[in-house]
Formats: sequence, C-alpha cells, structure tokens
Amino acid sequence: MPTSENASAADTSANVFTVRKFNLWYGDHHALHNINMDIKEHSITALIGPSGCGKSTFIRNLNRMNDLIPGVKLEGSIKYNNEELVNSDIDVSKLRKEVGMVFQKPNPFPMSVYDNIAYGPRTHGVRNHAKLDALVSGSLKAAAIYEEVKDRMNSSALGLSGGQQQRLCIARALAVQPHVLLMDEPTSALDPISTGKIEELAMQLKEKYTIVIVTHNMQQALRISDYTAFFLLGDLIEFGPTEKIFSNPEDKRTEDYITGRFG
Amino acid sequence: MFQAEKKFINTEKIAYWVFLVLGVMNVGFVLMICVYLLLAGSPAIVKIGPLDFLFGTQWASTAAQPKFGILPFILTSVYGTIGAIIIGLPLGFFSAVYLAKMCPKKVRMVVEPVVDLLAGIPSVVYGFIGMLVLVPAIREIFGLPDGSGLLAAIIVLAIMILPSIIKVSVTAIEAVPEEYTLGSLALGANKVETIFRVVVPAARSGISAAVVLGVGRAIGEAMAVMMVAGNAANMPYSIFESVRFLTTAVASEMSYSSGLQREALFSIALVLFAFIMIINAILNMLLKKGIKR
Amino acid sequence: MSISSTKRKIYKTTMLTLSNVCMAITVALVFFLVIYIFVKSIPYFTWELVSTSPSYLNDTIGVLPDIMNTIYIIFAALLMVLPMGVGTAIYLNEYSNRPRVEKVIEYCIETLAGIPSIIYGLVGMLVFCQFMGLQTSLLAGALTLMIMNLPTIIRTTQESLKTVPQSYREGAFGLGAAKWRVIRTVVLPSCIDGIVTGCILAVGRMMGESAALLFTAGFAHNLNGFFDAMNSAGATLTVALYVYAKEQGQFEVAFVIAAILMFMSLAINITASVLARRIQRRKEA
Repeated sequence: MPTSENASAADTSANVFTVRKFNLWYGDHHALHNINMDIKEHSITALIGPSGCGKSTFIRNLNRMNDLIPGVKLEGSIKYNNEELVNSDIDVSKLRKEVGMVFQKPNPFPMSVYDNIAYGPRTHGVRNHAKLDALVSGSLKAAAIYEEVKDRMNSSALGLSGGQQQRLCIARALAVQPHVLLMDEPTSALDPISTGKIEELAMQLKEKYTIVIVTHNMQQALRISDYTAFFLLGDLIEFGPTEKIFSNPEDKRTEDYITGRFG
Repeated sequence: MFQAEKKFINTEKIAYWVFLVLGVMNVGFVLMICVYLLLAGSPAIVKIGPLDFLFGTQWASTAAQPKFGILPFILTSVYGTIGAIIIGLPLGFFSAVYLAKMCPKKVRMVVEPVVDLLAGIPSVVYGFIGMLVLVPAIREIFGLPDGSGLLAAIIVLAIMILPSIIKVSVTAIEAVPEEYTLGSLALGANKVETIFRVVVPAARSGISAAVVLGVGRAIGEAMAVMMVAGNAANMPYSIFESVRFLTTAVASEMSYSSGLQREALFSIALVLFAFIMIINAILNMLLKKGIKR
Repeated sequence: MSISSTKRKIYKTTMLTLSNVCMAITVALVFFLVIYIFVKSIPYFTWELVSTSPSYLNDTIGVLPDIMNTIYIIFAALLMVLPMGVGTAIYLNEYSNRPRVEKVIEYCIETLAGIPSIIYGLVGMLVFCQFMGLQTSLLAGALTLMIMNLPTIIRTTQESLKTVPQSYREGAFGLGAAKWRVIRTVVLPSCIDGIVTGCILAVGRMMGESAALLFTAGFAHNLNGFFDAMNSAGATLTVALYVYAKEQGQFEVAFVIAAILMFMSLAINITASVLARRIQRRKEA
C-alpha cells in the first residue's frame, strides 16, 4: 500500500487518527484486513467503496460504536491523538464526546427540538439553563437549521422533514463540542436539495472540526473531501488526496470503481 | 485524558448490578417454590410410603384410621383433563381455523376480542355459572340426585381452555407460509381441502402446543372445578361421580388440616407440580420445534 | 369421477359447516355468560349492597370491604411487580451479555408462567405467612400475586422494548451517553405504552385470581384503611364470590359480585386491546 505509507511519512503532528495494521472480525468473518490510514486535522476524509466493503464498519471504530455489537474482535492500533482506542480501557463516553457521529438514517429522539440538542450537553453534566440555551442555539446555527426551527423549539423533532432531521442530528452532535465528526452516509436517505445543504454544511464545518464521511456517492466525495480512501472487500485499496485518487489512481481497481465499471 | 471519572461510572455500575439482581431474583423465586414444595411435600410421602400414597385408592384423611391414597385425585385430574380436551379441542380447533382462514377481516375484528374476553373471566365466575346453570341441567337431563360431578367439571374446564387453544392454534395456522396454500390451490384443490389437508398438517406442532397448553391450564385449575365437581374423594368410576381433582383435594382440606393430613396435602401439591413441570417441558419442546420449522 | 367429486363436495360442506358451527358456539357461549350474569344480577343491585360492610347485627351483607380489598391488593402487588418485571425485562433486552444467564432466567420465567395458582397459594402461605411471619394478610396475598404476575409484565415489557428503534439507542450512545442514561431517557419513555398494557393485563389477572389468595389473604370482610388492611386478612371479590356462592348459598350477593367482576374484565379487555392496537400501528410505521 504505497500511498498510505507515503501519507504516514508526512508530518504526523497534524494527525487526528493514526490507524496501523488494524484488523476486525465479526465472529469468524474477517471483515477488515490490515488497515493503515492517517486522518488529518481540519480536513474532510471520504471513505468510498461498494456496499459491504467495510467502510461503515471501519468508521464505527473511530468512536468505538462497535462496542455495542457482540462478537467483534479487534487487532492492531487506532490512535486518537495519542490515545489508543483498540481494546483499551478508556472511558468511551468521553471519547464519543470528542468524536461525534451522524448516522445514515436521521435519528432524532422522540423529544422536542430543544431537548434533542440539549441531550448531549446534559449527558455530560451541563445543567445551567443559560449555558444550555446558548449551546442549543449555537449548535443549531452552526448546523444551518436555526432559522427553520427557532419558532418550534418545544415541538417534537419527529415533525421535521428528513433533511431538517438530519441537520438537527448534526446540530445535536455539535452541541457536545466535539473535535471530530463521523458521518456514516449522512445523505443516503435524503433528497438532492437536502443533500446539497448537508454537503455545504460539511465544508463549512471543516474549518473547526475534522470530518470523516462514509459515502457511496463518488460525486459527493469528489465535491467535498480533501482525502479519499477506497475500500474493497475489507481491504483499504488506496488512500490519498482526493484529486489524485480521482484523476490519477495508482491501483487498477480504484480506477475501475471510480469510472463506474463495478459497484 | 479519557480517565474514568469516579461518580459517573458509579451510577452506571449500580444500575447494571441492580438489573442483574432483579433478573436473577426470578431464578430465586423458582428455586424458592421448588425447594419449599420439596421440603413440605416429601415427609408425608416417606411416612405413608410412595406406593401407598400414589396408588392407594382410598382417601380418608380425618378417619380414626386415616388413609392417604391419592389415586382417585390423580385419575380424576387425568380423566378430567382428557375429557376437557375431547370437548374443547374440536371446538377450539375449528374456531381457530375459521378465525385464521375463513372469516372476513371485519368479523375477525369483532370475534377476536370476544374470544379474549373468555380468557379474562375469573375462574370463580365460571364456577358460579356452572353451579347455577350446568349442575341443575345435568341433574335434569340425566335424572340424577345431584348434577355436580366429573361431567360438570369437564364441561367447565373445556370452556376455560378454549381461549388458550384458539389463540395458539390461530398463531400456528397463520405461521404456515402462503406458498403452501398457493401450491395446493394451483394443483386444483379447493380452499377447504387446502386448509385441512395442507395448512393444518403444516401447523401440526403449533396445534399440539395449543393442546398441551390447554392440558396445563386444565390440570392446574382449582376454583371453578371446586364449585362444580362435588368434592367427594371418590374414584372416578363414572362421569357422574362426585370427585376431587389434585387441585381441589389441596384446596378443600387445607384450611382445617393438621399433622400428617396437612403434610399429605403438600405432597399432593408436589405431585401436581411434577405433572405441571412435565407438561411445561413438553410444551417448550413443541414450541421450539414449531419455531425451527 | 362423479363419485369422487361428490365425496369432495361432502367433505367441503362438512368441514365448512363444522368450522362455522364451532365458532358460533364459542361466540354464543361468551354472549350467554355475559348476558346471563348481567341480567340475573340487575334485580339484586342495591346501593346498600355495594356501599356497606356486612353486619351480623342487622343481618345485612355489603361487599364494600371486598371491593376495597381487591383494589388494595392489586395496588400493592402492582407496586412490587412493576419494578421487578420491568427491571428483569431491561436486564434481558438491554444489559445481558451472558447468554447462559439469560437462558436460565428465560427458562425460569416460562416456568413461573406455567405454575398453577393453587401452588402459588400454598408456597405463598409457607413462605410469606409462616416463614416471614406475615400471617394471613393482604400483604402476603400481594406478594404472592407479585410473583405470579412477573411473567406477564416481563413479556409485555420485552415486546415493547423490541419496538424501540435501534437508531435511538445508537444516537444516544454516539453522544457519549452511558447505558443507564440511554435506557432512562430514550428507551423507556418510548415504550411506556407497552408497560401500561402489561400493567392492565396484570390487573386483569390479579382481579380474577382466587386460588392463590384463599390461604394467603384470607376471608375476612372488614373495612380498613390501606395500611391496616395490608396487615390483616381480607377477602377479595373473587374469594368473596366463592364463599358467598359455595359455602353460604347467598346467590344474590354472588350475582352482584360476579357482575362487578364481569364488568371489570370487559373494561380491562377493551382497554388492553385498544392499547395493543396502538402499539401495533407504531410497530408497522
């Protein structure tokens, strides 16, 4: 894997995640093989590949969401800054506060808009009303949905449209003031207009946050990401700057995939 | 950086242990029931002798020379249950077929709650109506001095197990894949033939589970039976005999019992418990088989 | 050919008729039971009967103590079974990571569901009345009812926990919430209607229970406040019906009690099915 080694040879001080020889098994199924990857601060890294290639499985290790699935076995190393995530005895609650996640299907809780956003801060002990109010409106503004919901803060979040719900979920993730935002196919359940809004939002957010996004939409990866990783059948085939992956891929399989020959 | 904060972890740890303890308490209750029944039930069996106890045909607990043979109760419970199944099974089975396969949706919306109601009526109410309607009717029809007895108990039990039989059978019949029906219809069988020759055989294990569940209900019922069965400790030689079931043998003497008589009542409960455990084991086996298929 | 087709016709007609007749008998039976009880009891319904205690002095009978005892015992039993049952369901569905422990608990719940009420009554008498020294009292009866109704509450809660979308849990975990917080703030609020349904079903079963209460709660007809009642013996409506009908031959009172019980089971059934339908709709949505 020449590209990833090149990437690791570069300045490591700006690495948010450093992944080395990472392997994952679901029971007997070896789902991820020997992954090496560096994720840079204040960038958008896109994970692409055909469905079942392991990209969603991979992203869920960056905030240990795979802890929830029984029978998962891990090997190798993923470092968040200097903290080892693989099989380590850390407080995952604090990790997830720093590494937020947005899911494929918008999943607002069955509560009011306000309570949805305040859920994270409250979880981490914020009780002060003024502080909560500020966090809620700040997060909603940052997720570019404040104007749409400011008059219905106390009505149920389930009444919002799909696109609004997803931006609400992004706001909810931002409210705990994370450093990293993981997005697992955040636009796959949305219409093109909502998708455009989310993409625009992601590009704004990268000024302040590091973003890792799983997408099956190659145009999306090309439009918004700085780095792209191409997964195939549990292998990381190629990883590098997005322009290079899309204009001059080194691996034949990457080229086949991005030119639409399979997947 | 990600060092665990003390207080935060503690609530979570406590919650985990609380829920684990609550879950394990269920095991404790079952053990408690088993242990107490064994402790209370075995002394009398030893004193009377297992064979004399189980196969003795005479129960005279308060006589000068008491006799503690519970064969009359065992046989009554067995006959009573078989009788209830003979009447209740066809009634419940055909009702279930009608509900699952033949009736229009609107009718079903009305009839299903009606069947549910049958399950919700308290057993003393069944017993009461049995006393006032069934017992006199049996006396009149068969010209007997007293209508209460095995037959009245069988009819009451048959009605009481109906909802269980219907519910479980309906579920079993509905679980049969639609392809079976289509395949049979495509071969030229009509709807009724398809239901009874293809769907019902395929739902066999579920329907047998319904029967076993009914058996469990019938053998465990006490109050309704107590009100209509006559309560004399006779061998069940005829269906008009005044009889005691295992359940009613315990219930009818417990309040004034003492000494060996009281111990023997606990032994009867132990025998009843053994019956129930066997029935439950069979039921579980059948249900698992049904799921596997 | 024609013989076989005649045979088929006969078969078809017989089976169709049988199914229709059996269903009709079942439905007619229910209507008979309900109408019989209501019609026969109307003449005996007096305000005095449902609002007073029995008195040997005046030679009158009143079922108010029995009504109150029923309410007390159901309330107390529900208060105990609810945390136990919901807690067990939460352990099984949300926490358990040990399949062995889970299997044992599940098996025990199945066993509890199959034990006849007379056996609960006996063991309740041995454990609560004698061993724990509670005597024959409503509290001992309530404890017995608690164990009997655990399976009902556990099963309905489990069913309802299963309808809570996994994405709610993921969302909350993703924000760094720990398990108990996720359960308390997101999971439980979304399945409250299922727990309520379980409670209603349990109330129905408790109301109809008699064999388990004969030797644990007793036969007394005294009117007491809640705490006094818990410490003293008392007959519930079902036990009172048994005593009045079978041992004292007071059919008028028995009819009135039967009508009250029948009315309550009707109400409980309707409420439960309305709630169940609501949950079903949510499941499909």
